[in-house]
Parts: sequence; C-alpha cells; structure tokens
Amino acid sequence: MSIPAQAPGQVAATSPVSKEHALELLRSMLRIRRFEERCVELYSEARIRGFLHLYIGEEAIAAGVMPALQSDDAIVSTYREHGHALARGIPMNAVMAEMFGKVQGCSHGRGGSMHLFDAATRFYGGNGIVGGGLPLAVGVGLGELMQQRHTVTASFFGDGAVAEGEFHECLNLAALWKLPVLFLCENNRYAMGTAIERALANVDVTAKAAAYNIAAAAVDGMDVLAVEDATRRAADAVRNDGPRLIEFHTYRYRAHSMYDPELYRSKEEVERWREYDPLVTFPAQLRALGYLDDVSLTAIEHEIAVEIDAAIAYAAAGTLEPVSDLTRFVYSETRPA
Amino acid sequence: METPVSTAVSTPDARVTVRCTYREAMRAAIREAMHRDPRVFLMGEDVGRYGGSFAVSMGLLAEFGPERIRDAPLSESAFVGAGIGAALVGMRPIVEIMTVNFSLLALDQILNNAATLSHMSGGQFSVPLVIRMTTGAGRQLAAQHSHSLEGWYAHIPGLKVLTPATLEDARGMLWTALEDPDPVLIFENGVLYNMEGDLPEDAGPVEISHAAVRRHGDDLTLITYGGTLPKTLEAAERLAKEDIDCEVIDLRTLRPLDTDAIVTSVSRTTRAVVVDEGWRSGSISAEVSARIVEGAFYRLDSPVLRVCTAEVPIPYAKHLEDAALPQVETIMAAVRQSVASDG
Repeated sequence: MSIPAQAPGQVAATSPVSKEHALELLRSMLRIRRFEERCVELYSEARIRGFLHLYIGEEAIAAGVMPALQSDDAIVSTYREHGHALARGIPMNAVMAEMFGKVQGCSHGRGGSMHLFDAATRFYGGNGIVGGGLPLAVGVGLGELMQQRHTVTASFFGDGAVAEGEFHECLNLAALWKLPVLFLCENNRYAMGTAIERALANVDVTAKAAAYNIAAAAVDGMDVLAVEDATRRAADAVRNDGPRLIEFHTYRYRAHSMYDPELYRSKEEVERWREYDPLVTFPAQLRALGYLDDVSLTAIEHEIAVEIDAAIAYAAAGTLEPVSDLTRFVYSETRPA
Repeated sequence: METPVSTAVSTPDARVTVRCTYREAMRAAIREAMHRDPRVFLMGEDVGRYGGSFAVSMGLLAEFGPERIRDAPLSESAFVGAGIGAALVGMRPIVEIMTVNFSLLALDQILNNAATLSHMSGGQFSVPLVIRMTTGAGRQLAAQHSHSLEGWYAHIPGLKVLTPATLEDARGMLWTALEDPDPVLIFENGVLYNMEGDLPEDAGPVEISHAAVRRHGDDLTLITYGGTLPKTLEAAERLAKEDIDCEVIDLRTLRPLDTDAIVTSVSRTTRAVVVDEGWRSGSISAEVSARIVEGAFYRLDSPVLRVCTAEVPIPYAKHLEDAALPQVETIMAAVRQSVASDG
C-alpha cells in the first residue's frame, strides 16, 4: 500500500507565522506526544486501565485546529481525544486524573480516556460510539444558531464514521438548515483495522461533502500550519455561511487502542508515514527558519516533562469518589439555566 | 386549530370543563409550552406543513413559524441527536418521533448520549429534552408500526418515561417534562388520540412522579398504563357487576416506577393482575410483578397474574391483532382466575 498522493501539502500555509506562534504550535504538539507516551508507561504499570486510544502521529490536527477557534466555540470530539482536550485547554492535571479514575478528573472519573468532558472550555466530550458525536454537534450548532450566539461547533470524527449513516444524515441536516458546524474529519486511513479502501467505495470524503452542498477542503493533517490556516478560513466561513468540512489526511503510528498486533498494515507503511511525522518535520522547518535550536527545544521538553510529572503526581494524590456517590448524576441535581 | 373550545359545562366542583380529545389536549399542551418559554420548539417528521402524522401539531406552524415548528428530514438519529445537542446548550426541544418502531433508528442517540451524558460527564452537562412518540397497536398497522416498547426505554437509567392515558395527563405532563432537567420520553398510545371527554378549562401541568388510583376497590389491584387503561377500567366496571371490586392503578410514569403506590394497594387488596400492551418476556409487567413480590409477598393471597400482548410481531388482520392484544375479556378472565385462587 502506498501513501496517497494527496497526503502531503494539499493546502499550503499562506499566512506567515511568527516565531512565538510557531513555537507555541510546536509546544502544543510535543505536549500531546509526551503526555501520551507517559500514558503508555502508566498503562503498562496498570495505573491507567480500560481503552487508551493514542493520538500519536495526529497531533498537528489538534494543535492546529484549536488556536483557530474562539473560546466560546464548542467542540464535540471522539474517543481519540486526548490531544483535542489538551490543545483546547483542559488542564493536564484534570485529564490525567480522569485517566486515573479519580474524582478530580475532568469527568469525575466516570468517563476515563474516551469520555473527557469540560464545561468551562465547552468540550462536549469524547464519544465512544463512532459517528455518535455528529448528531450531537449538529444539535449544538442548532441550539447556538437559534440563540443567535454566532459560534462555531467543531465536530471531530474519523474516516470510520464516514461509513456510518449518521454522517450522511448530519451533513444533510447541517447543510439544509445552514448550521454553524465545522466538520473535521481526521482521516487516519484505518477504522480500527479496516483500511479506508476496504470500507468506502469512494475514499474521497470531500466528495461526500460536495454531495450535500457543503464546501470542503482536503488538507495535509501532518502540517500544523496548513491545518491552522485551513481551519481559520473554514471557521470564518461557518460563522457567516453555514457548515464546512475539512478532511485532514493523517496517520496514527500506534495501535488502535493500547495493544493490537497490527496485522492489518505493514511495518514499511508505518515507517514511510514516519517521514511525515509533524514532530520531525516541523522542528526541522523551525530550525531552518532560525526559530529553534537545541537549547530552546530542550527547554520546551523540560517544561513539558515538569508539567507531566506534576499531572501524574496530582492524579496519584487524587481521591477516589466514594462508592456511596455511585448513582449521583444519573439524574441532574440542579436544573440547568 | 385552536385550543379546544366547545360547550362549557359546570361540574359539581364548579370547574368549567370543555369537551376535547386526547389529541387536542396534547396540542394545547404544546401550544402552552411554546407560549410560556421561547426556548421550546417542536422538531420532527411532518410536524409542520403536514400537521403531524397523527395531526397533533395541526395549525401550530401557522402560529409559531418554521423555526419553532421544525420539519425534519427522515433522519431519526440526526434529529433526535440534534435535540440532544440543542438541549445541551440551553434550548428546550420537543422532538416528535412518528412511532416507537422508528425510534429504534435513534436508539443510539437516546441511550448512548441523552441518557448517559450527565453521569458520564460527572454532572457537568444535562439534557433537558422531551421526546414524544406514538406507541401501541389496535389500528391494523401491522408489525412495524404497532409495538409497545416503552418498557424497553424504562430499562434505561438516565431517562424518565411517561405514558399519559387520560386527557388531564395528555394536557399536563408535557410542561412538567419540559421543566425537568433530564431527558423525558412521552409515549402516546395511538388508540387514545380520538378519546374524547371533559377536561377542566383551566387544566394545566400535572406532577409526573406518582401513579394514580383511577378506580378504588378492595378485592384486587389491576395495574396498567397507557392504551390499556380504558380497557382495564371497563373490565373493572363489568367485574363490579359480578361483585368483584377492583382497584385500578394507572402507573403514568414507567421510570421512575412508583413502587409505593403498587405495594400499598396490593398489600391491601392481596391480589394483583398486571395489564401491559408490551410483550410479556422482559416487560414492564415483569418489573411490576417483581416489585410486588419484593414488597408485598407475604400479603398475597394468590399469584400475581399478567395480561400482556402475545409474543408475536403484531399482525395486520383485525381478528389476529385483537387476539394478540390484552382485551376487556382477557383482563376479566385473569381477574376471575386470581379471585378464584385461594393461595
């Protein structure tokens, strides 16, 4: 299997990037990568359990999308959402505590890795059902529109969701009602172990958007600047003119969840995609621009390591919710405003 | 169509009543909710121009406009999910699903999102959504438009399940449901829409936490809900002529179930027959029976009996459909059997 021609560089970044912003993007990607690498260790030590779907390889998307959104925009995510959550600004302490199942977690330990929620950043959850977040996002967009809030609802989903009926129902409904929803497809080429070519008769997700009269762009999801630029333009369009879709071509380097034998793809394929690793290519780009050197990179790495150590310590010191609270929140304790 | 008005008559308690149907009572409830709260809107298939597949929303489009009486494409999962999302961000949607059978296309959204988000998010989010749908058989609509799956939904923590069976409840449950912070499902049995009666002119919201005793009696407790309430009441009246005095409990709310009302009544009458238009196996009648056994076992003078729908897909032919469903005669037979049993 070859790397698709459209993967690298479909949309070139048009806006010049400042050194400060470029380093912030790098830092955001690196923070997600290092966080998840530590999560792998913690999983091996049985301090994190359940499913753990790693985002490693796809960090440029979360890091590029989030700066292009406003703080009052809403996000509906997937079960591979650690990167989205961190880049959006959910404190790492709360995310790590959630992984540990502690009450200090961003979902009180009720959700775990797949179900990170945060009202403060309008993060409406990781969703464990492929495609299950799409109708929710359409509804958030509808509710925002009906209340004249002029926000964007960013709805992440994978290529696997494109085969679900809900994807088609939701694109149709969003286009029909001109809802302010930004559909963000993270096409990592595999729905668990099923390659996109084995799942979709037409692998071009933008063509499906076109069928619903939604303007769409295919973007190199390994290029953080391209991601940010495309998202900024699409989000502007959504605010004024209804839904847009971006298909990010990306790749996950790790197993679907923590462990799978990866019988469905070759080592060579994974290695070829490593050439596009945003945490290799982007630092190289920044070095060439004179924005980054060994000293500054080491400093960033150090800051991140300190933050992760602190998050692990926070999570470890966190408390378990008393079993007497088991049934709390099945029904609301307070009426919503 | 306006709020039902016809010849007003005075009742002994001096409340002025109006003649209306269950359908009109439900429509009046929607109108009231739309007027009281600008966050309320109605969304579903053919709720607008068509007037509602069962004519419940007839006339509302002209009154409230297409933004708030929102015709949706045939995308149950998308528009139910859209209701959930809109509720999450502050709206108060009423989503109408044409029949309970079609709701299965949205079951993922109802169970995995609506019922789950509050608990799974540690109480950060809630889903103040109302979903209305038609349920039940008796109209020769065959096996894909006739089932009674409200018992399934009552299995799910996080949901509330209402089954209005009277004009007062058709008129009053909706507003209370809209004020609830959590997702509420309202099941409207199709045979009830044309049921006509006198409704107090000032009828308004009703509480949704308790069962109601629709007929007082001493010999046996009949427990039912929804579309089988009229049949059960008729059976009780006919049995009274045989000197069997039945109490009739209308569950009204299947989740949370009013266990106290059931156990209190059965403890007093010592006999129970549960009438349920759902299939017997794994049904709400099974749950009610279990609660009687848990709470009133030593008070029972005879085994708890059930009258349920035969375990077949509902057939089209009238005689077969009739045979599949609880009927006045089968309810009466079960009561006689219970009373004849001396434990």
